[in-house]
Amino acid sequence: MKTAARGRFSSPLWRDRALAASALSEIARLAPSAAAKTGGRVNFMEVCGTHTMAIAASGMRGLLPKELRMLSGPGCPVCVTSQGDIDRVLALAAIPGIIITTFGDMLKVKGSKGLDLHSARERGADVRVVYSPLDAVALAAAEPEREVVFIGVGFETTAPVIGGAVVRAKKLGLKNFSSTAFFKLVPPALELLLSDPENKIHGFMLPGHVSAIIGTGPYRFVAEKYRVPCVVTGFEPLDILAGINMLLKQVISGKPRVEDEYFRAVRQDGNPAALKLMREVFSVSAASWRAIGAVKNTGLVFSGAYASFDAVKRFKIKYAEAPEPKGCLCGKILLGKALPSDCRLFGKACTPSNAVGPCMVSSEGACAAWVKYGG
Amino acid sequence: MTAVDKIVLGHGSGGRLSRELVEDVFLKSFFNASLSPLEDSAEVRFPGGTLAFTTDSYVVTPVEFPGADIGRVAVCGTVNDLAVKGARPLALSAGFILEEGFPGALLKKITASMRRAADEAGVSIVTGDTKVVEKGKADGIFINTSGIGLIPGGRKLSSYSVKPGDVIIVSGNLADHGVAVMNARDRLGLEGNIKSDAAPLNGLVEAALKVPGVRAMRDITRGGLATVLNEVSGACGLTAEVDEEAVPVSSAARNACALLGLDPLYVANEGKLVLFAAPGAAAGILKALRSHRYGKNARAAGRMLKEKKPQVRLKTSIGGSRIMLMLEGEQLPRIC
Repeated sequence: MKTAARGRFSSPLWRDRALAASALSEIARLAPSAAAKTGGRVNFMEVCGTHTMAIAASGMRGLLPKELRMLSGPGCPVCVTSQGDIDRVLALAAIPGIIITTFGDMLKVKGSKGLDLHSARERGADVRVVYSPLDAVALAAAEPEREVVFIGVGFETTAPVIGGAVVRAKKLGLKNFSSTAFFKLVPPALELLLSDPENKIHGFMLPGHVSAIIGTGPYRFVAEKYRVPCVVTGFEPLDILAGINMLLKQVISGKPRVEDEYFRAVRQDGNPAALKLMREVFSVSAASWRAIGAVKNTGLVFSGAYASFDAVKRFKIKYAEAPEPKGCLCGKILLGKALPSDCRLFGKACTPSNAVGPCMVSSEGACAAWVKYGG
Repeated sequence: MTAVDKIVLGHGSGGRLSRELVEDVFLKSFFNASLSPLEDSAEVRFPGGTLAFTTDSYVVTPVEFPGADIGRVAVCGTVNDLAVKGARPLALSAGFILEEGFPGALLKKITASMRRAADEAGVSIVTGDTKVVEKGKADGIFINTSGIGLIPGGRKLSSYSVKPGDVIIVSGNLADHGVAVMNARDRLGLEGNIKSDAAPLNGLVEAALKVPGVRAMRDITRGGLATVLNEVSGACGLTAEVDEEAVPVSSAARNACALLGLDPLYVANEGKLVLFAAPGAAAGILKALRSHRYGKNARAAGRMLKEKKPQVRLKTSIGGSRIMLMLEGEQLPRIC
């Protein structure tokens, strides 16, 4: 991991006050015309949790015109991981001798019985936070008598990294490394949202990091089949303002297409090396979405020569779909049909330290962002 | 507030859960007038004047990291807790809990580092204690230091004395310590030469106090600036409003935080303080801070305001505003 390369992606220019002010006045000027086209209110969905956090952290919501509403989408990896999958993670953690390695945000996500990896650790499970799945592979090499399981979750951003770790483990001949494959794909998730006739989404702010891997091509159906504007957008405040501007202009023109605001990182054909690796290690399969259920062709599993690295199969962990907590609106929030403030549990029965639903658990969840930064 | 059911790691984070633990357990058990303000040092009166008294335990992995080690942090942390109350440090104690098998050479290195930090602060470590526990019962070395200092007559620094209109001054770049430790602990390989800022700040404090108008100071450690401001806001009943652009953070630390999904306003420091200055005195105090080696990057970063519902608020660089709560649990690195 290097910081030097990040400089051009995150310079103070991307938070410049004067540039932000001019972008905001342009948005204020365009919003009423766009709203006239959409019947009174324009709803844009930021698909990615990192966008949700960036919008909240920059205090942007209060600066946007009243005709425009930003909805949080299903792009927070923790939020969309089903309770059944968390139950499987906890079942793995309970097997004596296993070392669970995971990204930090997964520690607090509760399964159907209200337990999480944090409480598993208190009960004696060996749970370790790593920054990279390659650290988990190194751990497996260093401790050959122990089984090391990485909790693989996420979208097209994390899948190639975890795929790379599995390739490394295979090259090293490690028999004691495996990973879960609870991966989900962004374009099919968009199709899922759009195929619902009740959806009121007038534009997608598409995730910059996922798009750096898959490119812009896989989103074309959104503009062509569903006639919904799309802008791949970066994560600095000015990126987001520029993305909103471009979406508004598409709405007004009535000519939806896939535009790329984040062209300093995203190429049309994505990252060919990462895509090749994903094709080698994974195949497309059904995935279980939080509050939505199992959906065909929306996820990835290990396949071919790598099928034996699937921890769930290796340890024969069973799956049972678990019901959602009562009163929790996470499902509707993930689908853009409700705001956190619409939920009766929000901020009362459901808070960051006592989270009921996944949108409050994840550091990038819509509800957590609303609480932390005041909406 | 919820009663503490079982200790979790977040109870040691320095954030909201730590506060709840202190209020629910320790304050209830030990309640007295010196303890109850819950500031960095307690004031203890004696016939000749007022003493400041403080204690702190240090657990950090790894014990050595760029810029400092556990020993330097253990001395500086306690010196700083005394200094921000306006006290001149008189003496420190050091207690060691050592794990069986801990290398003697490393222990000597750590104690030498403690001596250097104490010399720099002009204070001696005059008493100590050692316990050794079986292998596996501790993480190498834990250090506790306590300190006493004398508060010169006429000095009265307290979060409860902060007034509307006071200027919030931050003494230098934030987040270096937390990022340096995380980088060393998890071998992240971050570039940018980020070093711990651990330093004794009693000299800097004396420089600032030469200028009249300092109402309060706090050292910004675990939980970061956001958490300290919440504590001060709670004590004085005022809103703390911070300008995002004015908060000093080096670009290396800012980029590292962006990469790891951390907010520099919540990351730990070991050589920074936040100072609350009367409006007319702020410029002079800033000048005094900047003339000291540990205050070169000091900046006025915000103001205290009287509002119906006091809060801690950040005015963002794009002109928006958002609230800043106390650190909630541990800061965890994110997935993507």
